[in-house]
Amino acid sequence: MPLERVKAPVRRHNAPLYNWDELVEEDRVHRLIYTDPAVFEIEMTHIFGGTWVYLAHESQIPNPNDFITGKLGLRPILITRDEEGRIRALYNRCSHRGTTICRWEKGNSRSFQCPYHGWNFANTGKLRGVPWPDGYASKLVRDDKYNLAQVPRVESYRGFIFGTLNLAAPPLLQHLGPIKKPIDEWLDRNPGGKVIVCEANRLRYKGNWKLAYDNSGDGYHVVFSHRSLIMTENRFADEATQKGMSYYQNSPDELPMYCQYMGNGHHYKDKRPNLQARTGGLWAIESLHPGMEHVQEKLRTKYGERAEQMLDLAGSEPVNINVFPNLSLLGNHIQVFQPVAFDETDAIWFGTKIEDVDGALGEEVLTDINALRMRTQEGFPNFGEVDDVANFEQIQRGLAAPEDEWIYMNRGYGIPGRIHTLDDGTIKGPATDELFMREYIREWKRLMKADLDIAIQREP
Amino acid sequence: MSPHASNDPSRVSYYVTNEYYLELIADFSDWQDDALSVVDPAERDLARRLLEQEARLLDRLLYEEWLTLFTRECAYWIPSTPEGGDPRTEIAISFDDRRRLEDRVFRLRTGYAWSQAPASRTARMISNVEIFDCGRDDQRMVRSNFSISEFWDGEIRVLAGWAAHRLRKIEGVWKISAKQVNLLNCDQCIRNPSIIL
Repeated sequence: MPLERVKAPVRRHNAPLYNWDELVEEDRVHRLIYTDPAVFEIEMTHIFGGTWVYLAHESQIPNPNDFITGKLGLRPILITRDEEGRIRALYNRCSHRGTTICRWEKGNSRSFQCPYHGWNFANTGKLRGVPWPDGYASKLVRDDKYNLAQVPRVESYRGFIFGTLNLAAPPLLQHLGPIKKPIDEWLDRNPGGKVIVCEANRLRYKGNWKLAYDNSGDGYHVVFSHRSLIMTENRFADEATQKGMSYYQNSPDELPMYCQYMGNGHHYKDKRPNLQARTGGLWAIESLHPGMEHVQEKLRTKYGERAEQMLDLAGSEPVNINVFPNLSLLGNHIQVFQPVAFDETDAIWFGTKIEDVDGALGEEVLTDINALRMRTQEGFPNFGEVDDVANFEQIQRGLAAPEDEWIYMNRGYGIPGRIHTLDDGTIKGPATDELFMREYIREWKRLMKADLDIAIQREP
Repeated sequence: MSPHASNDPSRVSYYVTNEYYLELIADFSDWQDDALSVVDPAERDLARRLLEQEARLLDRLLYEEWLTLFTRECAYWIPSTPEGGDPRTEIAISFDDRRRLEDRVFRLRTGYAWSQAPASRTARMISNVEIFDCGRDDQRMVRSNFSISEFWDGEIRVLAGWAAHRLRKIEGVWKISAKQVNLLNCDQCIRNPSIIL
């Protein structure tokens, strides 16, 4: 397929913008990485383009000719599945004059006609025709350069679609590396090892996108930022029946939960070891949700012990699986961080439902469990995330002060015996440490410095 | 004795059953029909008065009084898609039963709900109030348009859309048994969606 190498992905500067080593130290980072629009502009190619970026989930385009619009950094993208089932990430940009050719967020279509001058493209990106073609000296449909640009590398891992513009990036599987295992476990607890995306809680905040990624594995903020949530979910609980994230309240450093850096910017927080028994343990700490007592009583009466396994499918899996730079699997959510500007970000909490893949649940149980699963997923965005994003906004505001330059990421740093590098190269420490921030920002720095091989391609 | 009769919906959630969802979906479908429109001025005025009272209580942050406008078993539903969708298989912006609605108020009262510290100031305009009689003497559906001006974090923004109230007459008093809030931008990213709508 014809490739077009892109030599100047960002505005040319006479000298490099910054010495990145001066902005990112071992245990602290400079405020400019959050506040300088020029840094953001470079990130939109070196990070959102230079590495594998999550684009969409296959369940959002299940059928031939389905499409969904999205973004790769700030690039408007049209993710299509063609007649044969092949997925592409097309630039939603007419090759003629630059107009976005599709303004709907999702749908099913074999082709897209540009509203401006009527150029017509197949969902493969290929130009099918232009009005009054005789006005052109040559036949445009025979020249590849008029086909829509597309992301040159698009690969999926178990339903998660990623894309990169960087021809020098390793293959997706290699790039994911050790984070594949928690992704597999997160999927495999569901029937058939799959989930279906079913709408979202969609939030926007006035702050840099990295503030969300900094928070994604942060076990230190929980009892403070989420104090109102923990108070609310425990308003009827006694010590024996503490709900939700209450386990953070006393000596969280000592608990068996842990944080693990998985390489390439990815990291993982596993809170499952805090739970008592695996089956039903998840459900035991689940907050109170609409329909909860009805469904649990109905299932326990009918299915006995097996009911606990069913209820766990509605429970929030206590893990945070963070795939740099923009994907976070937590509870049952597929959370996506979408930069809007250097000081504005969308945080979209896609909900997931399950399918009765092998018929083991039956229609009635499936309906009850999915309904309950919707309600458990609405809890955190409503009562928890709103407080986090309020704090992210206030960080951005605090960072407006130019002279107070540094942000610290040093929790757990320099304490002998606290953090361990395992045989597979992953790094493990207490769940309240900021080790994942120090490690991912090192990967960020590597990418910002990197000599990338950025390209787009067009259908032949 | 059935647990449904013995348990308090503020403490336990037994009433949100599949049948409850199905009834809710049915009641909030195909009701905005001229043939069902109520013309009686007294009844129209009654509904308008209830909606205005609700708006005033929320603007004044009198959440506990606001809760008394609802039936014991109630739903507060903000769909994430313009069509409303099926809340059993689709994430809503919010879908609260009685207990979660009280959770919502409890959280705002903790003093640690940072998204509402300090609290937004709001002024709600309710208009185009229409009542529909869908064939049950003790039930009315009310459609209204709303515009909420919200002052928060130094600026005023507008949240706009239309609401559907399902009213039920309980012991001679009309109460809200379900409220569906349809934000115009329900399927878009919204900054700090933390006030009660």
